[in-house]
Amino acid sequence: MQVTATDYDRVFAALSDATRRDIVFRAIDGQEGVAELAAHYPMSFAAVQKHVALLERAGLVTKQRAGRRLIVRTDLGGLTVARELLDRYEELWRARIHRMGEIIAADQEQPS
Amino acid sequence: MTVTAVRKDPASLSLELEAEFEATPERVWQLWADPRQLERWWGPPTYPATFTAHELRAGGRVAYHMTGPTGGQPRGYWVVDEVDPPRTIRFRDGFADAAGEPDPSMPESHALVTIEDVGEGRTRMTLRSVFPDLASMERLIEMGMEEGLTSAVGQIDAILAEDA
Repeated sequence: MQVTATDYDRVFAALSDATRRDIVFRAIDGQEGVAELAAHYPMSFAAVQKHVALLERAGLVTKQRAGRRLIVRTDLGGLTVARELLDRYEELWRARIHRMGEIIAADQEQPS
Repeated sequence: MTVTAVRKDPASLSLELEAEFEATPERVWQLWADPRQLERWWGPPTYPATFTAHELRAGGRVAYHMTGPTGGQPRGYWVVDEVDPPRTIRFRDGFADAAGEPDPSMPESHALVTIEDVGEGRTRMTLRSVFPDLASMERLIEMGMEEGLTSAVGQIDAILAEDA
């Protein structure tokens, strides 16, 4: 499985697939590198590496050196910011939907 | 309350929101397909959106700007990837510079809008958004919400954080 930023179907498929959510959850402890993480999933190392790279770009995980190893660690600050931003984005859309409802209600009052 | 479900996933920077309207799918479609109607709901009355291009077809381009109370005019664009009236619109949402050219420093977000008849004169609209990173998410919110409201929410968060 591949995840690229420009491929809708794969981006949306990633939501139901939950692999990234699981990586974020496992990496809270920050004990595992990409190879160890990959062992948890029925997919290739390269596929898991792509999930991790996407999470890293999104600001949700970081790779940190521990001795000779690179471990994947969830960025709890990034996750908190993501949650706050999603709350605000929800507010934005609730306001838009409210206005959409008002427009529809207005044409029932004044049938054209 | 017309919003019927919200699913947010911070680990994939995604949001799915469902709303129901007492209208036909064709009527809800018009809210997207007619740029003059789109302008009436995309931005708040005090921070209105103006759509200067509106090619609602696969490969088409939509361009808009917001007009803030202080005169600032941030610009955005959509690249339309799929249109299936009156059911589906897929587009990428990006930021543009003052000349209307895409800002290459900010990656695009993805949006999928689906509209379906749920019977008894009601129509469900589902919006799915996926963001590439925190920075573009923050900027898209700033562009969609009136500045005052955004900072008010920030102040409330700060007060709640102090109490916690």
